[in-house]
Amino acid sequence: MAKGSARLEIKREKLRALSPLEEPQSAAELRVRQMRARDLLRGDLEGPALERHVAESVLTTTLDKTMRWGRANSIFPATFGLACCAIEMMAMVSPRYDVARFGAENLRASPRQADMLILSGRVAIKMAPVIRRLYDQMLEPKWVISMGACSSSGGMFANYAVVQGADKFMPVDIHVPGCPPRPEALLYGFNKLQRMILGDPDPGWRRRYNAIGTEEWARPATGTASTEEAEAYAVARELSVARHAELAGESG
Amino acid sequence: MPDAPGLELIAQDLDQTAAGSVRGTYHEHGQACLIVDPEQILAVLGWLRDTPGQEYRFLASLHGVDYLPAEPRFGVVYELLNMPRVERLRVRAALADPEADPSEPGRPRTRSGGGDQLPEIDSCVPVFPTAEFHEREVYDFFGIIFRGHHDLRRILMPEDYVGWPQRRDFPVGGEPVIFTHNERQVPRWFE
Repeated sequence: MAKGSARLEIKREKLRALSPLEEPQSAAELRVRQMRARDLLRGDLEGPALERHVAESVLTTTLDKTMRWGRANSIFPATFGLACCAIEMMAMVSPRYDVARFGAENLRASPRQADMLILSGRVAIKMAPVIRRLYDQMLEPKWVISMGACSSSGGMFANYAVVQGADKFMPVDIHVPGCPPRPEALLYGFNKLQRMILGDPDPGWRRRYNAIGTEEWARPATGTASTEEAEAYAVARELSVARHAELAGESG
Repeated sequence: MPDAPGLELIAQDLDQTAAGSVRGTYHEHGQACLIVDPEQILAVLGWLRDTPGQEYRFLASLHGVDYLPAEPRFGVVYELLNMPRVERLRVRAALADPEADPSEPGRPRTRSGGGDQLPEIDSCVPVFPTAEFHEREVYDFFGIIFRGHHDLRRILMPEDYVGWPQRRDFPVGGEPVIFTHNERQVPRWFE
């Protein structure tokens, strides 16, 4: 640096697009994009050109991510205790451990309003159909944490009355070991679940459990559904299956 | 608690009233027990409840026991209580297993042979109404039929459950959990 000048060198760069992927590589490409943006403003873009423009724009490429971020940080767990682990689950909600730090302090008393089920305790064979029904009543997207040894594997209850692992009859996303796990352990499992939601699109478990096409849509009641409803249902299902096929292709 | 001579007196009186109903007595750890004939259980319980000087008016508990391989195999145990004197008396009805093999007493029966015959005893709900749920529980876990019970069905296990889980020849259940130290021993653990 020249003597007597400022000690800090300032490097000037041109303003870039937000994502490096979208940075135009050549002047011609930049020109194309400018023209397309102008056409969009005039309302001239249609069909695939419009689709392409929307897909390229900053807002929509990150909207999915934003949505996942919102989902991961505003989970409503179901108020559902099975056995002694439920005491630790309640402690997790208490101010000492405070799951509110992660946005899941709002325990819902109805499965219709909840999107996370914590299996806190042993699952008796008589309870299993009840839990399955509660799970089925929850709306998509939904996640399940199996808390403690009993709901994960039967634990100490290796007998005729307890289901040997709740994932025998329902999908489970996170298994938290312990007997019972401390609230910190459950919080750690919950954070893992948040990571999963952030990094993975919500239907992840359907791929793992080979359950594609079992989504619950607004299923028309038998006989009374209008043609539009039936068509909407079919289209939504088709889209979902296609999306899963796409995802399966990506993962290998 | 009747002491040992007191228990013998009760057994004597009872045996005279309901002929041949007492099969034995024992007095251990300060607890008195009458072993009685299951066919006369209603007479025995009624006598113990109503006779002046006995008046065991409260049935504290009713439960089943499986004594396999002993004969007779089952026991239905009635824990009676006289509240004013705070005296407890245990009455045990010794029930034989109708499926037992008479040639080899004490051997666990084989499922292949007989049908599904269950041991039977009279319901004591007319004498002690509190026994209703207790008898359902005994039926649920041991498969003992209580004749005359108006609503004999499973109470704790699911309604469609098959088998009598507290019998000693019932498999315990469960399955091995695979850890790193035993995963090679569990056959086809990777599936």
